[in-house]
Amino acid sequence: MLDMLLDILSWILLLGGALFLLTGAIGVLRFPDFYSRLHAVSVCDTLGAGMVLLGLMLQGGLTLVTVKLMLIFYFMVFSGPTAVHALAEAAQVSGLDPVEDDPEDG
Amino acid sequence: MINLKHPFNLWLFLFAVWLMLSGHYTPLLLTLGLLSTLLVVFIAARAELIDQEMQVVLIKPGVLLYWFWLAGEIVKANIDVCRRILDPRLPISPRMIRVRATQQTELGRVTYANSITLVPGTVTVSVEGDMFTVHALTRETAEDLKGGELDRRVQDVEQRF
Repeated sequence: MLDMLLDILSWILLLGGALFLLTGAIGVLRFPDFYSRLHAVSVCDTLGAGMVLLGLMLQGGLTLVTVKLMLIFYFMVFSGPTAVHALAEAAQVSGLDPVEDDPEDG
Repeated sequence: MINLKHPFNLWLFLFAVWLMLSGHYTPLLLTLGLLSTLLVVFIAARAELIDQEMQVVLIKPGVLLYWFWLAGEIVKANIDVCRRILDPRLPISPRMIRVRATQQTELGRVTYANSITLVPGTVTVSVEGDMFTVHALTRETAEDLKGGELDRRVQDVEQRF
């Protein structure tokens, strides 16, 4: 019974994560410029990947596999924003101007 | 924080990680793990990489509380950004803003900058001293950040590292 409950919860997380990954990908296609696309990528590597990993952890149970998945999650939380920041700063340094909406009040 | 400045501490930490990741505990493999971690410490020492920056941030209750709060914010921001992505009118109003970081330490500022980027809707573009240039996806996310709650919370958690 508990097994089935965990299985269902894990599948909800896996499918939910997949949905967020898909939405992020659509966002990358729809957003107007490089900087705003970074926000769509953010969706993928926080909630998308996070939910998939959490779902896999439930499948793994209390094993070494789960510990490794937790480590992957841990590294992702630190390397993800660092990589996004590096990309954004590189774009700014090389002179890419963002598309801005009513910049006078920004 | 665990200080890894001492080579022995670094070795202990590396070997613990090795044990956790390997899952094979036969004498041969343990010896190989022992040798490889010793080799890494030796190379790191020779390359003079064992310095102040080698620290492991321990997970303390106060810090953990911050992570849980941030996770909640990330989920909320994700749902907001996804709603905007899927909205046919694409209701975004991107802008660049500048915010001041009030953290005392470098680690605190790094935590703040990374937290900004981690929450969808805001990305730290550049850091000059204590001024961050942030790209915000909408007016609301920009206003939220200027409100300074995240800044306050990072400043608070900074004392507990």
